[in-house]
Amino acid sequence: MYLRTALRAATALSLISVGAAQAETITIATVNNGDMIRMQGYTDDFTAKTGHEVEWVTLEENVLRQRVTTDITTKGGQFDIMTIGMYETPIWGANGWLVPLDDLSEEYDVDDILPAMRNGLSHDGTLYAAPFYGESSMIMYRTDLMEEAGLEMPDAPTWQFIREAAAAMDNPEEEINGICLRGKAGWGEGGAFITVTGNSFGARWFDEEWNAQFDQPEWAEAINFYVNLMNDYGPEGYATNGFNENLNLFQQGKCGMWIDATVAASFVTNPDDSTVADSVGFALAPNAEGVEKRANWLWAWALAIPAGTQKEAAAKEFIEWATSKEYIQLVAENEGWANVPPGARKSLYETPEYQEVPFAQKTLDSINAADPNNPTVEPVPYVGIQFVAIPEFAGMATEVSQEFSAAYAGQQSVEEALEKAQAITNETMEAAGYR
Amino acid sequence: MARAVTPRRKLINTGLAWAVGLLIFFPILWTILTSFKTEAQAIASPPIFLGFDWTLENYSVVMERSNYARFLWNSILIAGGSTILGLIVAVPAAWSMAFVPSRRTKDILLWMLSTKMLPAVGVLYPIYLLFIQLGLLDSRAGLVIVMMLINLPIIVWMLYTYFREIPVEILEAARMDGATLKEEVLYILTPMAIPGIASTMLLNFILAWNEAFWTLNLTAVNAAPLTAFIASYSSPEGLFFAKLSAASTMAIAPILILGWFSQKQLVRGLTFGAVK
Repeated sequence: MYLRTALRAATALSLISVGAAQAETITIATVNNGDMIRMQGYTDDFTAKTGHEVEWVTLEENVLRQRVTTDITTKGGQFDIMTIGMYETPIWGANGWLVPLDDLSEEYDVDDILPAMRNGLSHDGTLYAAPFYGESSMIMYRTDLMEEAGLEMPDAPTWQFIREAAAAMDNPEEEINGICLRGKAGWGEGGAFITVTGNSFGARWFDEEWNAQFDQPEWAEAINFYVNLMNDYGPEGYATNGFNENLNLFQQGKCGMWIDATVAASFVTNPDDSTVADSVGFALAPNAEGVEKRANWLWAWALAIPAGTQKEAAAKEFIEWATSKEYIQLVAENEGWANVPPGARKSLYETPEYQEVPFAQKTLDSINAADPNNPTVEPVPYVGIQFVAIPEFAGMATEVSQEFSAAYAGQQSVEEALEKAQAITNETMEAAGYR
Repeated sequence: MARAVTPRRKLINTGLAWAVGLLIFFPILWTILTSFKTEAQAIASPPIFLGFDWTLENYSVVMERSNYARFLWNSILIAGGSTILGLIVAVPAAWSMAFVPSRRTKDILLWMLSTKMLPAVGVLYPIYLLFIQLGLLDSRAGLVIVMMLINLPIIVWMLYTYFREIPVEILEAARMDGATLKEEVLYILTPMAIPGIASTMLLNFILAWNEAFWTLNLTAVNAAPLTAFIASYSSPEGLFFAKLSAASTMAIAPILILGWFSQKQLVRGLTFGAVK
């Protein structure tokens, strides 16, 4: 009798200790975006389900990028999960720096991830990061000003219509700019915007032999159009405006239109922050007449596991939890459907409640219209829409966008900026051995 | 003979000094004011100076989301530790350079200062790899050493300048009166150099407190100081200026208070030797 009790106690104790040994503390590096912060608030739900604790390291985007790049290239092992984007994932996956996510559970339903997101976060067909939220870009416009101007925004307008609408809505006396667009230097800021604008005019960064294409007429046409549009109807000092500056202007009612990330839709329609929340409409990003590609990008903030982490199993459990259908449900129940992380799963867009969110359908249409393998009209040797997925791109594109911003600010002509861009790009590609 | 200052000139000078002071302080004041606004008021155009509904919501959100005490404690230990360690190394170095100079003293001083001319990012990878090998990543001890090394040239230079202002004759007189080296250092040199040492300590503490390259790149969870705390509230997609301002105010408050109480010492130290 005593023996049996003792045996039971010993078994129970060993089971408890096995359970305790499996509970881990994982460290996650992430950015300070609204959806990420919300996720941190729900960590208790993950801990209750798995027993694992989570330590968060939240950093500003550029600092995070530098920090995780240093750590992964030196195998520093500081993080068990890293928040990275569509630019880094295929490059790091190809280098063997990330754990392949090819054995996610059946309940996770990996086929539910939007194809555009899955492709962009894979290398050679293997998924290396799970999308937490995804975005494209689209037009956000003031429905009241559009009505006053006697115009109607088509679902898929052209740049020529955008110019016409900007002219009609521009009202310097009321401090309303016809249009607000990014001009700030930086590959992920103004660089991203001008690259997709280039795509929509049929321009491309490289031909199939990796020769820079800034000397081609499509680029001159795209940039001249942008500069003329912004000089005529854009806000003063637009050369230094990025996402946040334009968000501020739009929320203050100082922009007739704004073309930017689809995630901005939830900010500009939130009456707590936006003075124009009830009069915002959405349309697909524009294209030049006769060009089939539109000026919309594709991006995802995704969770990846650096190769070499000692806590791979726990990290995978976290990724499955954070990017699952159940997590979306959890947020929807507590904070409403407009606040769930968008752009990652097909099933979200099939949910009737989410279909009622005003910007849901246009976000999905914009994401579906983006094709990273064929970003522009002519064939290219690279993958990526608002970026070129090669390691040299970030440095090179930042320099190029600085030249463009100098042209926006009137410090040099568009022709000079394009000549410099051509030289910078060709020199970099030669030094890196592409040409 | 000192030039006579007319009341009018004095008034102008005082007004000018206040204007410059306020101009320099304005960004800090604006940050503090913004931390009490709502996010919508923080970005309002035209900006609201004082006429807003003051709220403590940002502070409560920041306190709820971040472990402020842990960041603060790390900042105190890293800034304090590196300052003390720096002084232990720098005082003897500066003493020997000031009182027993050699032909190469000036060259050594310049060479030390030249290490400050290298951009920090240039040595990020070597130091990161060293830290991995030594197991110092995300440790306070590692950061204390790095902060100490970064600020050492400045500490040595400052102390050297202060020590040079002390007349050697006084030390010689003490020696003639039979003072031992210990007594000379304790009763003559130290009291005379205290303003200099104190201001060097304060300045070094402030520099280490504000350092935001190594503290961000070499830490993750355990050793992250207040610079990492601020960085966690900066957002590329979303306007969280009020919360960022609250985090900034909380990060600078301790050093601002320290500076306020020690301003006399700081000014005295920084102008030490300026007038002969």
